[in-house]
Amino acid sequence: MLCTICKEKPATVHLTQIVGDKMQKLDLCEECAKSKGINDPTSFGLADLDLMLGLGASQQIEQAAGGMELKCPYCGFKQTDFKKSGRLGCPECYKTFAEGLGGLLKTMHKGSRHVGKAPEVLRASRENADKLSALQKKLTKAIQEENFENAALLRDEIKHLTERSPSHTRMSR
Amino acid sequence: MKDLQQFLIPPAEIARLRGPQDRIVMSSRVRLARNLKGAAFPGWAKKPERIKVLETIRPAVESLPEMIDALSETMDNLGPLDKQMLVERHLISREHAAKSSGSGLVLNHDETFSVMINEEDHLRMQALLPGFQLRQAWIAIDRLDSDLEKKLDYAFDNEWGYLTACPTNLGTGIRVSAMLHLPGLVLAEQINPIIQSVNRLGLAVRGLYGEGTEALGNVFQVSNQMTLGEDEKSIVERLEKVLSQIIENEENARLKLLEIKPKVIYNHIGRAYGIMANAHSVSSKEAMNLLSLMRLGLDLELFPGQDRTLVDELFLETQPAHLQKKYSDKLTAEERDSLRADMVRERLKNVSRPVVKTPPPTN
Repeated sequence: MLCTICKEKPATVHLTQIVGDKMQKLDLCEECAKSKGINDPTSFGLADLDLMLGLGASQQIEQAAGGMELKCPYCGFKQTDFKKSGRLGCPECYKTFAEGLGGLLKTMHKGSRHVGKAPEVLRASRENADKLSALQKKLTKAIQEENFENAALLRDEIKHLTERSPSHTRMSR
Repeated sequence: MKDLQQFLIPPAEIARLRGPQDRIVMSSRVRLARNLKGAAFPGWAKKPERIKVLETIRPAVESLPEMIDALSETMDNLGPLDKQMLVERHLISREHAAKSSGSGLVLNHDETFSVMINEEDHLRMQALLPGFQLRQAWIAIDRLDSDLEKKLDYAFDNEWGYLTACPTNLGTGIRVSAMLHLPGLVLAEQINPIIQSVNRLGLAVRGLYGEGTEALGNVFQVSNQMTLGEDEKSIVERLEKVLSQIIENEENARLKLLEIKPKVIYNHIGRAYGIMANAHSVSSKEAMNLLSLMRLGLDLELFPGQDRTLVDELFLETQPAHLQKKYSDKLTAEERDSLRADMVRERLKNVSRPVVKTPPPTN
């Protein structure tokens, strides 16, 4: 097994973290472990959640950037800043660091998709988006089953929905 | 500016507020974290940007129907004692008390709504109600938030919900919490296993003043930790369930202690009364622990003719900032401890010592 950070040397330090019912594993080589300050297991409490999570996130962000340090184009926030504070720079940082954050969020939260309240102006488009993806799935299925009559109906419905939803309220990431 | 002293509800009045199950649940709170689109989070924004955000948010909050006659202040306009008093009342966080210009507070007249501007997030708004009223607190803050979203452009993402400075608040941005008085579980030495099982359910148990504080006066704060992937209503309901269980455990612990170790209970409460009625120097920590035992004594009807108002009032008044505001802020710690003891002794002058409920003779 290779080290998760450098992907060069064999991993000899293995960390396991369990949050709720989710398990996250880290496999590091001697050197990377040392550079992250995890060379002495007795001094490193796995209960030190913040450190672990911060480490996991910055590492994933690092991987996502292919070794290059990512920097938010909107506010200039860098991944090293996240390592220091555990906070992000601006709402746009969630786009910039999306890939690395995805894994982190899974270990922290119940799910990785928001459910619950949304601002009124976006609520309609949120519901639309959900409806669209459901229709899209039905359409694929209809085509697979060569049920073209149904597919045509679904296509019209999708077209109708996309035309109705004003583009400025559609959020994408 | 309005004077904070004149604005705040006197401790005697606060102590008279009642809520469901307030024997054990001292207060219920729901707070939401929100941020403005296109602006750096307060911890990363430069000062001019923070001021701009404050100037955008503050009038919007002031104009809410809930905020008629509210106190609206920038943090640099509040003195250290004022801020500390607000912390002692759980109206602002300790983090917010450390803020200065570029941050603000809008607090309604009843102290049920408090909106912190530029704390960790652009907006931290809370509804605080006495007793076990989590659902009502959620409904109240939800309404305030819905009013506010018409005036402000929130940072929201379809996938990740409300975007917050710290990923731990992402999604709903909700923190639902209750302040619990659990002397029975502490005395019965059952509190640790309870904390552990509550933790296993993904809920946090903290001390009186939140993160990283000790459980002074046997007061514990229970709150949700996860904010993404579960909607507000489910979070509130989950907490309600867990709290009902803790309430039941606490009541059982009290009954059981009285049944099998009545002497232990009488001893603790009697000593607490003895110290408070006679001491000439009491620190704020000691006061809280003694008052907690006295509160337990009142719940167990060991002080006939008295009610909890007395203790709840002292609980607030003996805290450092409240004490200093009442007397003087130029006191040394020793002088404060002495004044605190005088105040408590004076209040207990007309309270008879605890009765002992002797079990009926067995022969």
